[in-house]
Amino acid sequence: MVNSVRKSFFTRVARLAWLPLCLLLVACHVDMYDQPKYKPNDVSSFFPDGRAMQPPPANTVPLNSYNPASPLMTGRIEGQLADQLPPELKLDAALLAHGQSRYNAFCAPCHGLVGDGQGVIAYRGPLTVPSLHSDRLRNAQLGYFFDVITNGIGKMYSYASRIPPEDRWAIAAYIRALQLSQNADVALLSEAELQQVRAGR
Amino acid sequence: MSAQIFPRNANAIFLASLFGLVMLIVGTIAAMVGFYLSPWYTDVGIAKAQPVPFSHKHHVSELKIDCRYCHATVEKAATAGFPATETCMSCHSQVWTTSPLLEVVRTSYQTGDPVVWNRIYDLPDFVYFNHSIHVAKGIGCSSCHGRIDQQHLAAKAQPLYMGWCLGCHRAPEDYIRPREEVFNMEWDVNALSLAERQQLVVEYQIPTDGRLTNCFVCHR
Repeated sequence: MVNSVRKSFFTRVARLAWLPLCLLLVACHVDMYDQPKYKPNDVSSFFPDGRAMQPPPANTVPLNSYNPASPLMTGRIEGQLADQLPPELKLDAALLAHGQSRYNAFCAPCHGLVGDGQGVIAYRGPLTVPSLHSDRLRNAQLGYFFDVITNGIGKMYSYASRIPPEDRWAIAAYIRALQLSQNADVALLSEAELQQVRAGR
Repeated sequence: MSAQIFPRNANAIFLASLFGLVMLIVGTIAAMVGFYLSPWYTDVGIAKAQPVPFSHKHHVSELKIDCRYCHATVEKAATAGFPATETCMSCHSQVWTTSPLLEVVRTSYQTGDPVVWNRIYDLPDFVYFNHSIHVAKGIGCSSCHGRIDQQHLAAKAQPLYMGWCLGCHRAPEDYIRPREEVFNMEWDVNALSLAERQQLVVEYQIPTDGRLTNCFVCHR
């Protein structure tokens, strides 16, 4: 009698012996870590070129993102290079500071921090980078800088995919400030600024 | 008196083996935790081979190229933006044009096939991390990526455990810096006093009421 009770108890326990195994099994599931979905820069086995991020078809833009008549997008007013900021942007210290940060990030490697064409790539490579402080570029329209950033020129690649239009205008405005910084008329300085210059600051 | 089944030292052996068993279990658990936290499991500090031996140290520390030159969308998008081959070629169409190390890049530019890099930071798919909000709120690149400007081949600087994420979401004042210094690799968090950093938290409107630790902030 005692034996049979003990036996059925052990059988019952033995029947549940697989339960701890579940603990091991659940811990092995990683399907939420790598879900069947694409994240940016993933590799794809679905698209023939192997990338999850498909490049947009040629000559297309996202809906409502581009207006071919807007100077903000094209740098041109009725086909001519614009010589002022588009009406959407206001020239102020914030815009220039923004332009400075973009210029230092994207332009300075070649053009140099002061725009003299002595950036680090120019220094290391066999190329001559034009200075921004030439009469030709001092007299160029503001839209010219926008146009060059957008489409590239000579050996310079297009930066349209890296710098959005608003930032291109900010850079163009900052280039004007850079040009002034290297070509300022001493008569425009106030007395306090003159003293700073004389003190060598 | 019947014969003893167990020898006299059986008691000692029993106690010793009991102790040994406990130590074995504790040791196994400790070893597993240690493995889980170690670079063998987390890959922290272990550089991965890449199709092109790109050096962040050379480009960032020696050439002083801004992070955003290549990672251009870091301020606007969830991903920092992996540079297109065109970005590499913006300079390497002019410098190092015949280097065999860059053959992969030149071929990619000619054919349009992407260079397949090995991912260093791979978050689980149930985590929705957004670079732009962290950059906008004054969390620097080096807070998560370490001194990437001192590494040749890139390696993970953090194991990316959830507790580590929460550490900052609970106490952003311990990690925040001025927005202008986000891309400054050499910035030391202690350059500002705790009071000044708390002031930044207020100024950048970072919620301190515990909202940042809600599950849905990162898991959506």
